[in-house]
Amino acid sequence: MNTSAGPALEVRNVSLSFKGVKAISDLSFQVEHHEICALIGPNGAGKSSLLNILNGVYVPDSGEIVFEGEHFRRMQPLEAARRGIGRGFQNNALFSGMSVLDNVIAGLSRHSRVTLVEEAFRLPRALGQERAFRQRAHDVLQLFDLEKHAETIVGTLPYGVQKKVEIARAIVAKPRLLLLDEPLAGMNSAEKQEVAAVIARLNKELDLTIVLIEHDIGIVLKLAHHVVVLDYGRKLVDGPPETIRDNPDVIAAYLGSEHAEVAA
Amino acid sequence: MSEINLPAAAEPVDSIGLKALGAAAAVGLLLAAPFLASEYWINAIIVPFLILSLAGLGLNLLTGYAGQLSLGAGAFMMVGAYATFSLQLRVPDLPLPLALVVAGLIAGAVGLAFGIPSTRIKGFYLIVSTLAAQFFFEWLFLKFPWFYNGNSSATIALSRGLSFFGLEANGPHGRYYLTLGIVALLTLLSLNLIRGQTGRNWMAIRDMDTAAAVIGVPVFRAKLQAFAVSSFILGIAGALWAFAYLGSASVQSFGLTRSYQILFIIIIGGLGTIRGAYLGAAFVSLLPLALDWLFQHLFSGHVDAGLLQNIQKAIFGILIIWFLIKEPEGLARLLGLRRAQGARRRLFPS
Ligand SMILES: Nc1ncnc2c1ncn2[C@@H]1O[C@H](COP(=O)(O)OP(=O)(O)OP(=O)(O)O)[C@@H](O)[C@H]1O
Ligand SMILES: [Mg+2]
Repeated sequence: MNTSAGPALEVRNVSLSFKGVKAISDLSFQVEHHEICALIGPNGAGKSSLLNILNGVYVPDSGEIVFEGEHFRRMQPLEAARRGIGRGFQNNALFSGMSVLDNVIAGLSRHSRVTLVEEAFRLPRALGQERAFRQRAHDVLQLFDLEKHAETIVGTLPYGVQKKVEIARAIVAKPRLLLLDEPLAGMNSAEKQEVAAVIARLNKELDLTIVLIEHDIGIVLKLAHHVVVLDYGRKLVDGPPETIRDNPDVIAAYLGSEHAEVAA
Repeated sequence: MSEINLPAAAEPVDSIGLKALGAAAAVGLLLAAPFLASEYWINAIIVPFLILSLAGLGLNLLTGYAGQLSLGAGAFMMVGAYATFSLQLRVPDLPLPLALVVAGLIAGAVGLAFGIPSTRIKGFYLIVSTLAAQFFFEWLFLKFPWFYNGNSSATIALSRGLSFFGLEANGPHGRYYLTLGIVALLTLLSLNLIRGQTGRNWMAIRDMDTAAAVIGVPVFRAKLQAFAVSSFILGIAGALWAFAYLGSASVQSFGLTRSYQILFIIIIGGLGTIRGAYLGAAFVSLLPLALDWLFQHLFSGHVDAGLLQNIQKAIFGILIIWFLIKEPEGLARLLGLRRAQGARRRLFPS
């Protein structure tokens, strides 16, 4: 575990554009080990795009990512997963035709060590792994109170429940860095409190480093150790939660976007 | 099965008893079938039905489970048939079952090669790659006489007939049991794959391939595995089609029409279900008989064979469109064999 030297994650001068339109401009910030870093900002600020860069779904125009001391000009999705970067998506990206349990077990894929032939013939190693995977997935489902849905096809469940499955799938493989994109969206306040508590527990008990995108400022201020505010792809503010609330730039950015939304 | 200890929270006893009884009855029926059905039914209906089911199963792993659309089923069947022929001819010491396995492996390797483009292209465009396989092998096996041992009709047949570790299997019963055994074994192995990590990887790619890669599913490897396993099964199905059903085959036995037929089987039967292949194959095998019977009775024998064929094609066409639009899970869903669920299979993922 190279937890001693340097931050867990460093974003260095990253820029990204889509067909000439800037989504992220020269963005730099650091995420320390074991902290919850909240990424906030108005719609279209580039938050999800940044997570997609960290997962290797998008390739930045310039800049680099430093993850646990290793430098990457671009990530590959599989490489990111192998290095322990877990991800929950903003618009659920679950495997809609599979059961909740199978969705979560799919998240263990990078730990699979059995061959196709072993699986086809149900050889002992394949059976052993299957048993271990199921056990692990059930444990994670329990954490989210999802046991009762284990065998349900995930596409048929309410949105809030799906969001929980999404987080369960992201953490089942014991990531070293967890990226969550609006994990509480679409939940009622009881569900929000419940899931926020689980996120806090994951951070405390498993020492998990978390980057969290969330619009609910109340929850962000309670949960995060560190907040990065984005607006139009630029970093506006970067600091502990206390400094965010009263920052005039932040208020302006949020008010500005709300005015724009009302006007539109 | 009464000596098995039931786990505490298992299904009610009579449900298990009924299932076991049903399974035993099905196995008994399958084993006794040759003695219940006429020789015509075995030769012309049941054996081809089993082989088409196997081919449907092979394609369903690729298209229904892994979401990779293929029009190359005929090509991979062809490779299996020609490989079996070559092996039996040129490696006479290799017993037929092993030759079938090796032929399946060859077909699997070929399928894997033609699956490589799938790692870059998706959906509709993948058809082009699999179609290329179809046309390439039709050309290859006709162009070089070595593949059909230079005989004047350009057909392939096993000169020593069918045998299974010393048991001769040339009669209708022998061919039935040979086919049934292979189909049952490969179905079982496929089920094991589907229920394990391999199947989950395939379905993850089918449902959402970007997310699959991000959460650590080895997309590239799993896609190639799907092509290889699918073609392995199709290859063995092709060999059975050529030698257990037709007796002698040619390139035409595995033309584009065959590829379409196998695809229709899984669309009608149900994409992404194991039983879908069987239901679809049963439908495809029985529809001509049913129509024939119907017309015989309605018009007392005065039916033009050409007309009958055209009606059959029209019915297929309408059904395919209907199933694609209304019921992507096919007969398997309609017959209530699959839990009614919201998730839908799509041939052309967006
Ligand atoms: N795949 C894409 N193709 C083209 N433009 C994109 C793509 N993804 C994002 N963008 C654009 O990049 C900008 C940033 O989008 P992004 O989704 O990262 O914002 P966000 O901060 O996550 O917003 P929200 O709060 O609405 O989720 C937006 O202008 C968006 O339209
Ligand atoms: Mg977003």
